[in-house]
Amino acid sequence: MMDRVRAFVREAGVPRLLIGAFVVALFAVAVATKMNLPSLVTDSIVRVARNGILVLALLPAIQGGVGLNFGLPIGIICGLVGCVITLNFGVHGPVGLLLASALGAGLAIPSGIGYGWLLNRTRGQEMMVGTYLGFAFVSGMSIFWLVAPFTNPTLVWAIGGKGLRTTLALTGIFDRTLDRFLAFTVAGVTIPTGALLVFFGLCWLTAWFFRTQMGITIAAARSNPRFARAAGISDQRTRIQATVFSTVLGAIGIVVYSQSFGFVQLYTAPLLMAFPAIACILIGGATVTRATVTHVIIGTFLFQSILTVALPVTSQVIQGDISETARLIIQNGMILYALTRVGVGGER
Amino acid sequence: MRSSRYAVPLLFLALCLFGIWAAKITPAFLLGEMLVRLGRNSILVLSLLIPILAGLGLNFGIVIGAMAGQVAAILAVHWGFSGIGGFAFAMLLATPVGIVFGWLTGSLFNRAKGREMVTGLIAGFFANGIYQLFFLFAIGTIIPFDNPGMVLPQGFGLRNTVDLTPIQYAVDDLIRFRWNMEGTSLRVPIASYVVVGFFCWLTLFFFRTRMGQQFRAMGQDPHVAEIAGIPVERNRLLATILSTVLAAWGQLFFLQNIGTLNTYNSHEQVGMFAIAALLVSGATVSKATVGQAILGTLLFHTLFVVSPLAGKALAGDAQTGEYFRVFVAYAVITMALVLHAWQAVRRARAA
Repeated sequence: MMDRVRAFVREAGVPRLLIGAFVVALFAVAVATKMNLPSLVTDSIVRVARNGILVLALLPAIQGGVGLNFGLPIGIICGLVGCVITLNFGVHGPVGLLLASALGAGLAIPSGIGYGWLLNRTRGQEMMVGTYLGFAFVSGMSIFWLVAPFTNPTLVWAIGGKGLRTTLALTGIFDRTLDRFLAFTVAGVTIPTGALLVFFGLCWLTAWFFRTQMGITIAAARSNPRFARAAGISDQRTRIQATVFSTVLGAIGIVVYSQSFGFVQLYTAPLLMAFPAIACILIGGATVTRATVTHVIIGTFLFQSILTVALPVTSQVIQGDISETARLIIQNGMILYALTRVGVGGER
Repeated sequence: MRSSRYAVPLLFLALCLFGIWAAKITPAFLLGEMLVRLGRNSILVLSLLIPILAGLGLNFGIVIGAMAGQVAAILAVHWGFSGIGGFAFAMLLATPVGIVFGWLTGSLFNRAKGREMVTGLIAGFFANGIYQLFFLFAIGTIIPFDNPGMVLPQGFGLRNTVDLTPIQYAVDDLIRFRWNMEGTSLRVPIASYVVVGFFCWLTLFFFRTRMGQQFRAMGQDPHVAEIAGIPVERNRLLATILSTVLAAWGQLFFLQNIGTLNTYNSHEQVGMFAIAALLVSGATVSKATVGQAILGTLLFHTLFVVSPLAGKALAGDAQTGEYFRVFVAYAVITMALVLHAWQAVRRARAA
């Protein structure tokens, strides 16, 4: 019995169990203090659907041997450019959403190729290079948002008529289009069916992709580059494919995020977006070298529930907003734990 | 390779000169800014050198050292210390705190060999969370802290800014000196320069000691160093502790010049700006000198001052220039990281 408990703890990892216990405790406090449970659950589910694809975007990079894709903002920026172009033309509704995703994904392919090419030349430092390339890209694009020739008066600053606003409201354009699609309410909990369908659909598609010839090749090149090379597979090539896949998902992810959030956030907003996503997939059970779709779904659910429930619950117990502090500690503690565990316990 | 050593600083110099020309900046203004900024930022940049020597790369964890300095500054002011004595007390207090923080960071680095930089970056974010938890929630609730002037109106948690007037210019004006130039009186912090000079000398001296030589050997090849009987793990820990303590002191020097502490933000950008400053001098992830630290501080901060003004002159608003200088800082760090990793890959292929 003790052995089985110990094996379970080792399998799940101490931080993961702590976080699981924390989520249960938060919900327990919410029930005990008679808070509006259905609305908390609704918020949690909405946030899972909102952030899910950005977390899923990390999976191909891990499976392709690139590691944690700290350069996720590169894909995010591509998606934002797609959104802004769509908004500038004033395309509304599902068509606008589709156009924004398509444009974002289209931009993400060349960006992903370039990014993957650079990562191939900086092996061993992919995480650091990705982080700072992402930072540089976000700050460089801040200048772009300021000087880009967008003319739609709803997008640019009212005074001066130049430079995009920091947040663009999507009200009446494609605000919550997916979230509202086929949405229904059960026991007070509203399910954003459309957004969840897209998230699970893309999860299924990713899982399916890693069973195709190309997907298997990518994963094989990661787990044994020498063997792959002997079999005539270039892991340089598969790593670029994995990076492109990750970047494209990042672009689509931010479009879905924005429609759910109701705003397109520009300038420095994407700067730190990779970190919570990375924390999600790690909390779900992924390591720097291995991840599955299940990790994505479980991790997103756990971490996003904490973020949703922590604020209202803790504000009942203590004054002040402790949720942001808790987020910093949990998120970065989880990433640190994963970084110090590579190569330990046969995880390679 | 020799010519590329100067390529980065020369490019930067050209950028600065162009900015100065575009914004029509007067020499008195620029000199005044530089005199102050050199005194206040140099030690933070110097704190990066020892880990580089020991092969740990750029220590993004100096943010944690800066936090140690801030803890000391807060306590020194809270207990009513002031002047140069108060500053000395803060430095004394920052030392053990810095040692503990450095030991924790170093232990983490030893568990994440080859990923020290990204670990340091994330450790900085993590420590920021702990720091917030401590000063925003523990102070005044779990930890008694009776000082209505410093605590938020709700009765616990420190205010967003802490007034450091009691220790402001404690070192800068220890030897008062003003230089009149074109009608403006420039503050020349002579005592601070003496301290910076002392730390430069100390770093150089350390490089030449037995331990410094051990660090150098580790930086060149940790495996060979291990075989040669150098206690690599212990030395890595020591290098991180030294860097963290120096960063804590560096942050104190920075704060005594600024005079106010943004309790929850002052430390956040420390790592990025110090690292970018070091790298614009042509230093790399594996090689940096004391001279480069000083040159880099001068060049980077010239651009820092000039950029918004040039943006205003060229594009009509300062915002463009502000984004530009942040972009330059990130781009410089990215370039250095890419070059470092690129060379490592090539070396691995050649071997």
